[in-house]
Amino acid sequence: MTDRARLKARIQRAKQLERGFLLVAWLLLALLAAVFAGLFVSMLQTAWPRLQPDFFLSFASRRAAQAGILAAWVGTLVLMSITAAVAVPLGVAAGVYLEEYARQSRLTTLIEVNIANLAGVPSIVYGLLGLGLFARLLGFGASALTAGLTLGLLILPIVVVATREAIRTVPNAIREASYAVGATRWQTVWQQTLPAARAGILTGIIIGLSRAIGETAPIVTIGAVTFIAFLPPSPLSPNFPFISFDWVWSPFTALPIVTFDWTSRPNADFRANAAAAALTLTLMTAAMNGAASWLRYRLRRRQRW
Amino acid sequence: MTEPVATSNGQRMNGAAGHPSLKAETRGLSFFYGEKAALREVNLPVHERRATALIGPSGCGKSTLLRCFNRMHDLYPDHRYAGEIRLYPDDINLLAPETDPIEARLRIGMVFQKPNPFPKSVFENIAYGLRLRGLRDKTEIAERVERALHDAALWDEVKDRLEDSAYALSGGQQQRLCIARALATEPELLLFDEPTSALDPLATASIEALIGRLKSQVTALIVTHNLQQATRVAEFAAFMYLGELLEFGPTEALFNAPSQKRTEDYLAGRFG
Amino acid sequence: MATSLPRRRRKMESAIEWLLAGAALAAILTTLGIAAVLVGESLPFFRSVSLWRFLTDTQWTPLFADPRFGIGVLLSGTATSSLVALAVAIPCGTALALFLSEFAVGPLRESVKPILELLAGVPTVVFGYFALDVVTPLLQKAWPALPGFNLLSAGLVMGVMIIPYVASLSEDALRAVPMSLREGAYALGATRLQAAWQVVFPAAFSGVAAAYVLGVSRAIGETMIVAIAAGQQPRLTLNPFEPAATVTTYIVQVAKGDVPHGSLGYRTIFAAALALFLLALTFNLAADWIRRRQRLRGRIS
Repeated sequence: MTDRARLKARIQRAKQLERGFLLVAWLLLALLAAVFAGLFVSMLQTAWPRLQPDFFLSFASRRAAQAGILAAWVGTLVLMSITAAVAVPLGVAAGVYLEEYARQSRLTTLIEVNIANLAGVPSIVYGLLGLGLFARLLGFGASALTAGLTLGLLILPIVVVATREAIRTVPNAIREASYAVGATRWQTVWQQTLPAARAGILTGIIIGLSRAIGETAPIVTIGAVTFIAFLPPSPLSPNFPFISFDWVWSPFTALPIVTFDWTSRPNADFRANAAAAALTLTLMTAAMNGAASWLRYRLRRRQRW
Repeated sequence: MTEPVATSNGQRMNGAAGHPSLKAETRGLSFFYGEKAALREVNLPVHERRATALIGPSGCGKSTLLRCFNRMHDLYPDHRYAGEIRLYPDDINLLAPETDPIEARLRIGMVFQKPNPFPKSVFENIAYGLRLRGLRDKTEIAERVERALHDAALWDEVKDRLEDSAYALSGGQQQRLCIARALATEPELLLFDEPTSALDPLATASIEALIGRLKSQVTALIVTHNLQQATRVAEFAAFMYLGELLEFGPTEALFNAPSQKRTEDYLAGRFG
Repeated sequence: MATSLPRRRRKMESAIEWLLAGAALAAILTTLGIAAVLVGESLPFFRSVSLWRFLTDTQWTPLFADPRFGIGVLLSGTATSSLVALAVAIPCGTALALFLSEFAVGPLRESVKPILELLAGVPTVVFGYFALDVVTPLLQKAWPALPGFNLLSAGLVMGVMIIPYVASLSEDALRAVPMSLREGAYALGATRLQAAWQVVFPAAFSGVAAAYVLGVSRAIGETMIVAIAAGQQPRLTLNPFEPAATVTTYIVQVAKGDVPHGSLGYRTIFAAALALFLLALTFNLAADWIRRRQRLRGRIS
C-alpha cells in the first residue's frame, strides 16, 4: 500500500507541474489579449477627438486639427486594386501550375524553394526592388502603379501557397469524373477544380491583401509622398473609350504612410491624427482578417468530402 | 526510493485447484462513445501469469475493451464507462473516479499495433518509462534497461548501438523495443493490441516466442486477429461479438468445442 | 470539323500550360530582380568602399563629410532588437503552440486562435506607434533612465508581433506528430505535459526549429517598429537600453529623405539591403532545408 501511496504522490507532483504550465499558458494568452486591448484602447483614447467625418473627408494639412486622411484612404483603395490585379492572376496561375501541371523536376523544386524564400524576404527589400526596377529603371516613378506592382510581388507567395493548399483539398474523384466525361485538363481545372477550391483561394487572397494594406516600409522606400491635396484622376472619362488609366500614374499616399509620418513628427498635436489613422488601418485589416476567418469557418462546415 | 512502482507478483489462490489466481477482472463493463454503446456488460477474468487472447471479428470491441484497462479512452472526449475493472491483489477499481488514469497506466503496460518507438536513442526509449516513475539512479536505470532488453530478446542485436536512434532498427526490432520499454516498468498487466499485425512472418514468430517466454513474469492480455496466434500463445481465449463477450474459456476448449454457434462459425471462418 | 477541333483544343491546352508555367516563373524572376537591383546598385558602392572596410569599420556615417561605412554598426542594432524579440517570441510562441496542439481541444482552441490572428493582423506601423507611445512610457516607470527611443521596447513589441507567427508554425509541426507516439507516452504513464515536452516536442523539433528560424528572419527584416521606436542614430551597441539604428531603419531613413539618385549615399541603402537580404536568405534557406530534411526522414521511418 505504501507503494501505491508513493505512486500517487508522484502523479500529484507531475500534475502540479502540468497545472503550472497551464497557468502560464493562460496568463500568456491573457497578456496577449491585454496587449491587443491596450493597443486598441490607447489608440481609441488618443484618436477620439479626431474621429469626426471631416477627418475622413479632408486632405493633409500643416495644422493637425485640419488634417485628414481622404487622400490616404482613397490611395490605399487604389493601391489594393492594383496589388490584387497583379497578385491574383499571377498567384492563382502559378498555384494551379505547381499543383496541377508541374511534374517533380529540378525546375519545380527551384520554384518552390524560391517561393518559400520570397515569403521570408524582408518587405523593405521589396521596396528597393520597386525603387530600383519599377520607379527608376522602368520609369514609373513614385506612382501608385510602382507601389501596386511592388506590393503585388510581395504577397505573391501568400496567394500561391493558399491556392496550392486549396487545390490540394479538392478530391481526385472530382478530377477523374471530369476527365471521364472527356474534359481536357484545362477544362477540368477551370470548370471543376478552381470552383471547388474557390473559397480557400479567396481566403488566401484576402489574407494577402490584408498584409499588403498595412505594409509601410516598401512604399516609403519607393518614395510615396505624405502630403497630397488632391485625389487621383477618375477611372471614368467623359470621352471615348470612357475609361482612363491615368490614376495608376498618379502620385499617391496611403494610410500606413500618413500614420508613419504623423507618428514620427515631434509635434505632439499630430499624435491624435496618428492614432486615428492607425485605428482606421487596424480596423480595415481586422475586417479583412475577420472576413477570411469567416470564410474559412464556413468552408470547413460546408465541405462534405 | 529505489522502486516506486507498485509491483505485485504474489500468487493469490482462489480455490479452484490448478487454476491460477485472478490478476484482474471486468464486472459488468460497458463503454460508450457518445450515445453509442461499444461494450455491453462484459465480465472477463484475467488470470495471473497467463496470456488471455481476445478474438472476434473487426469492430467487435476487443481493442476498445483492451483500452479500458489503462484508461486510454480518457484521452479523447465523449466517452463513458459503466461497471468495474478490478485489479488484484489490492482489489482496486481501475474505473473508479478516484483512480487516476495515470495510475492505471503506470501499473499496466501496453504494446501497440504498429511499433511506436520515440524519436530517442534505443537506450532512452526504455529509460523513459523508468524516468517517468521517478528513477534517477544512473546505474540502476542502466541495469534495468539491459534486463528489459534481455527479456525482450533484443540485447544481443542492439548492445553495440544503444545510442543509435530507435528508428534505425527494423520493424520487428522496433516492436521488441516497444515490448522492452513496457517490460522495464515491470507492469502488473501487459496489454497487447494486435502486436504483430504490422510485421512480417519472421518478426511475428519472434514476437510470439517472446510472449510465450514472458509468461513466467507477466500477465498478458492480447487482442489478435490471427486465430493461430491465439492458440499458440494464449492459455485463455475470449470471443467477442458486437460489443459483447460471448464465450470465455481455456483456449483449447474454446477452439475445439465452442459452446456457441457464433463462435463456431467465426472459428470456421464463416465470417470475420 | 470532327478532327480539327481536338487539334485546336490541344494547341489551346498547351498554350495555357505555357501561360501558367510563365506565372510560376514569376517567382524566380522576382528573386532574380531583387538580386539584380541590389547587386547592380551596390557594385559602384563597393568600387569606392572596399568590402573589408564595409565589414570591419566600427562607424557608420555615410552622409557625413568624412564618411565611414561599417555595416557592423547597423547590424549590431538589428542583432540587439532581434535578440530581445526572439527572447520573447520563442518561449512564448513555443508554450502557446504546445498549449494549442496538446491541451486545447475543440471550442477552446477555436476561441484562442482568433486572439492570435488579431495580433498577427495588426499592421507593423501600428505596433511601432504602440511601442513608442505606450510601451516606452510604461518601461520608463520602471527604469526612469530609459531613453525615449530604445531597442528594448522596439524589441519587446516586435517579439509580441512574432509570437503568433512562431506559435502557429510550431503548432503545425507539433500536430503533424503521429498520434501513436503520444499514445505510447501516455500508455507509459506520462501526463499530457510530459508527453508534450518529452516526446511530441522532440519529435517535431525540426519543424519547430524551422519556425524559429523563420521568426529570426522576420525579426531582422522588421522595419517600422524599430524605425519608429528604436531611434535612428547608428550606434555600435548590444545594449537594449540604448537607442540605435538597424539596417532597416537606415534604409527607410535615407529613402524618405532627399538623397540624390546615383550618389554614394543613395547606393549605401542598396549595399545595406544586400547585407540584409543575404542574411534573411541564409535563414530562409536554412528553414527550408530543415523542413525538407524532416519530410524525407519522415518518409523513411
